[in-house]
Amino acid sequence: MSAETSSGPSPAFAGLAQRANDWLGLIGGFGVLFVEIVRRTLRRDFDRAEFLRNLYRMGIKSMPIVTVTALFTGGIMVIQAAPIVQRYGAYGLLGWGAGFGTLREIAPLLTALMINGRVGANNTAELGTMAVTEQIDALRALAIDPVGFLVAPRFLAIVITLFLSTIFSDALALLGAAYAGLGFLGVEPAVFYRGLTTGLLGFGDVAHGLQKSIVFGVVIGLSSCHYGLSTKGGAPGVGRSVNSTVVASAAGIFVLDYLLSFALS
Amino acid sequence: MIRLEGVCKSFDRAVLSEVDLDVPESCLFGLIGPGASGKSLLLRMITGLMRPDSGKVTVGGSDVLAMGDMQLHEYRKGIGMLFQNNALFDFMTVAENIAFPLRRLFDLPEAEIAERVAERLLRVDLPGFEGRVPAGLSGGQKKRVGVARATVTRAPIVLYDEPAAGLDPVTSQKIFDLLRAEQRAANSTVVMVSSDLDRLLTVTDRVAMMLDGRLIFEGTTEQAKNATDPRVYQFVHGKLDGPL
Repeated sequence: MSAETSSGPSPAFAGLAQRANDWLGLIGGFGVLFVEIVRRTLRRDFDRAEFLRNLYRMGIKSMPIVTVTALFTGGIMVIQAAPIVQRYGAYGLLGWGAGFGTLREIAPLLTALMINGRVGANNTAELGTMAVTEQIDALRALAIDPVGFLVAPRFLAIVITLFLSTIFSDALALLGAAYAGLGFLGVEPAVFYRGLTTGLLGFGDVAHGLQKSIVFGVVIGLSSCHYGLSTKGGAPGVGRSVNSTVVASAAGIFVLDYLLSFALS
Repeated sequence: MIRLEGVCKSFDRAVLSEVDLDVPESCLFGLIGPGASGKSLLLRMITGLMRPDSGKVTVGGSDVLAMGDMQLHEYRKGIGMLFQNNALFDFMTVAENIAFPLRRLFDLPEAEIAERVAERLLRVDLPGFEGRVPAGLSGGQKKRVGVARATVTRAPIVLYDEPAAGLDPVTSQKIFDLLRAEQRAANSTVVMVSSDLDRLLTVTDRVAMMLDGRLIFEGTTEQAKNATDPRVYQFVHGKLDGPL
């Protein structure tokens, strides 16, 4: 072995260093983009029309999928609780049992995953296509700030969409749970409602889930915008970016959900 | 006057090496050369979309590379650009695409914007296309909309990257004639990158040729046609035999 070869880093180390460098670059990219978005948001230096257009596209048009997810989620919670409720005859606690898990965990989490799949992926695909067809460069060449015009409005629309969708989802999931309770266990909706409101559940449980939804919205918004803007390599590149944003957002949602569950409890 | 001095840029390899280029004011300047010779990159450097590793880019006496965000923003208001694949905004109509720089950069009343959009569409022979979307247009129509958007602000500098790529010969000639007429009407400085030499050389005042990231020729259109450099001669005349 030559002296030159032995003095250089091993391929394994070089690979590790490269991977670490990529990760740092990714984290740095997220950080810079987040700061840029916050700056424009605080200065109100973003396109209002684009914000409202995206709020409609992302929020209103996501209602059907959120509705279906929420109604069935509530029903599933009751089906899972049914054997215990029947064994101990704790029909009065069905509302609490279904509501506790739904409001604090399941509704925000599943709504975030659905919004990630529908809105996050779509946002990355749109920004990615704009990047590879030089539309982002065209904005810059026209002296228009892409972050203020495209990114900040989309990011804000995603965060607000997820927050409002989670409120909507909470309500629908409880409705689904109440009627599943009636259908599977014969628990009247009034009994289910009393179980929700007798004091075991409070506004803090709703707020717990809603705080998570804001963090999940930031994750989806940041991830989908970052991967969209950094797309390279034509149509395959757009596909790779969409894949990356869905995976990264989902992983980020679960990791942050775990950490937030500790922090907020 | 657009001036590039000693411009170098490398990615995996050197793509621009010591490029010196002067584009006189009110000139229609053609930038030619084989694919991947660095032509489009030079256009991006003039707009400030790409920074060279070394060298200097000066436009109207101002150093583009020394500009901060605000200065760059003001500088770009004076530049129109047509991108190779048009870069029309998919989510806007034709009229919104053309009106976009006017709405965003200038404080104009809507009536004047609508008037200027209609005038541009008439100029590029697409009257009545205001409500159409880019996805529903042919390649030639998209180019024309791109030209309309690039010229709507009456910018003193206009850059065209392959304005006739993928177009049939007749449409291509119409586009070049249109761009020449636009340049004369506005007395603007135009830099045009094109592989369609037969038509490009019918409209240019001066021509420069890039090869492997280096500028190997700069002169009038006539000088380019009668170049003594065998590489330039071969490329301009499309000969198979030669050093290229």
